[in-house]
Amino acid sequence: MLNYILRRVLYAVPILIGVLVITFLLFRAFRSADEIASLQLGPKATHEQKQEFIKKNGLDLPKGMQLWNHLKNTAKLEFGESWRLSRSVRDVFYDGVGPSLLVTIPGFAIGLLAALGLALYQVFVRNSAMDHTLTIICVALMSIPTIVYIIASQSLFALTLNYFPATGFEWEGFVGTARFIVLPAAILAIANFGHDGRMFRAVFLEEIAQDYVRTAQAKGVSSGRILSCHVLKNGLIAIITLTVGQLPKLITGSLLIESFFGIPGMGAMLVQSIQQGDEPVVMASVFLGAVLYLFALILTDILYAFADPRIRLS
Amino acid sequence: MSAFLNHWLTTNIVVIAGFALLGWILWSGSHHERWHRAWRRFRADRTGMISLVIVGLYLGIGALEAIQFPSKEGGSKSVLDLLLTSHIAKEKSYSAPLATVRLDELHKKEPEQLRGRHLLGTDALGKDTLAQTLKACRTALIIGGLTSAIYIPVGTLLGLLAGYYRKRVDDIIQYIYSTLASIPLVLLLVAMMMVLGKGLWQMSIALGITSWVGLCRLIRGEAMRQSERTYVMAGRALGQTHWQIITRHLLPNVLHLVIINFILGFSSVILMEAVLSYLGVGSPVGTASWGTMIDGARAELSRDPLVWWNLVAASTALFGLVLALNLLGDSLRKAFDPKRG
Repeated sequence: MLNYILRRVLYAVPILIGVLVITFLLFRAFRSADEIASLQLGPKATHEQKQEFIKKNGLDLPKGMQLWNHLKNTAKLEFGESWRLSRSVRDVFYDGVGPSLLVTIPGFAIGLLAALGLALYQVFVRNSAMDHTLTIICVALMSIPTIVYIIASQSLFALTLNYFPATGFEWEGFVGTARFIVLPAAILAIANFGHDGRMFRAVFLEEIAQDYVRTAQAKGVSSGRILSCHVLKNGLIAIITLTVGQLPKLITGSLLIESFFGIPGMGAMLVQSIQQGDEPVVMASVFLGAVLYLFALILTDILYAFADPRIRLS
Repeated sequence: MSAFLNHWLTTNIVVIAGFALLGWILWSGSHHERWHRAWRRFRADRTGMISLVIVGLYLGIGALEAIQFPSKEGGSKSVLDLLLTSHIAKEKSYSAPLATVRLDELHKKEPEQLRGRHLLGTDALGKDTLAQTLKACRTALIIGGLTSAIYIPVGTLLGLLAGYYRKRVDDIIQYIYSTLASIPLVLLLVAMMMVLGKGLWQMSIALGITSWVGLCRLIRGEAMRQSERTYVMAGRALGQTHWQIITRHLLPNVLHLVIINFILGFSSVILMEAVLSYLGVGSPVGTASWGTMIDGARAELSRDPLVWWNLVAASTALFGLVLALNLLGDSLRKAFDPKRG
């Protein structure tokens, strides 16, 4: 087991280097140091200010040297300072993770549980008119762009009915903070619900055609118990894949939802950094996202072995 | 005239190429028994047929906008412009659906009359919302078509190569797509758009580079399964080259996966355009696109009185196409593989 994990981690290293090289090429290779400096300091910046900025960030070095420094610093987990906030990137991330998790954990959890419940119900009434209608509703839910959910819910629940604040976020005890969280979390849940539900239904339908289900039926096990014990347990692999796959998003947050609702999480911070060209933050975020993605892949495989003893890690 | 023809060809090359690609896939599929069976099953599927008709409708509207000819006033006009002549009159600012006066003149004693009646109102620049929404069909088709024209051949070819040759080739291709897949999608797209610059072509290229991973994985798995079959071995024994086996045996056997992926991928590309437009790296200003219309609606909803028609028109049109494509993709999958789905 430990051997397997170690090997997977070693495999991840060349991929991470590839990610760093690609991001470096995209952000640095096509622009001159002067361009980057004037983009960041604005059109009013003097020549001296620009030169100072270029010197400070090592932009005057040859590109190959810059790439080497970038790789070296990332390996030491040094992400440098944000250009926009004059704080270290690590501190910026540190502040963003809390609000992001507050929105994404309930959002994903509710969406996932609702999708599981729906899929089990659909398999229970499979191939009926109800089943087909619910499938079409799921497809409809995932065909609406998230922006439309956000704009519509803000104008209805926040601006017209005044149930929740439209934007903003403050730590105000449980109820106070929850007021800011309800809408974004609900939208996140709905946005994932359609896709997840459809996928779980497909998995469960495949399971229910298996021989062990017929055996259980012949033994006289009730259909509710077959679904909740046998089918759910055997569908666990698919559930793990989907849930763990969301892990990177859990921490990097949802770009659109956070920036529309003014939640100071990782997602909103990223959108601002993108729009203002804050390269250290964007590049560090890409790296963080890649690390989380690769970690999630390894975790998925390990969990598979726990969920299904027939799977051996080798 | 030849200059105009030249211009028309360059602006519509994508639409033509898209149709040609689709035609080729359908033509090469039509020789296979599996496709005949799938078509028979598909015809019996009411949801699938309805969504096919709806997708066809969008294609038709897009084609009407794509067919352009020089107009007397200079510039060019599309067939759609001619059909909507009563709607083309440009106002100065917002007006509600079927209103006779502008929104900002509602309270004036002697408001200026609008030049035309607008079924769905007008937007901030006074352009007719209905006409803009319909024109955006072409933009969506161009983005979807061009993106597919890039990622479908790349994903299919790399998937086939990885699945057939395995070993070193497979390792390299797997490395490339694992690296691409590790980078958060939106960040990769935004970074690429910053390098390439704003524009429909640029957006399609960026989306094309990021979209092939899923298809490649799928085709790789299927190609691995297929190359275990005896017919591949028989082909080798008869002295066929690797390339002949890939193009004549493996490709026809994975084409149905390609077409399902093409249709479902089209819908996610259209949804992605809306996200990129919000992040400020999407369609260029002035393009009629659902993404820019929805993005523009953000500011409109806090106005008083509420300006809702742009958001509703654009998102309904977008929703209709994406829903139809998703349902069509599902029905096709069911038709090709009745046990699953």
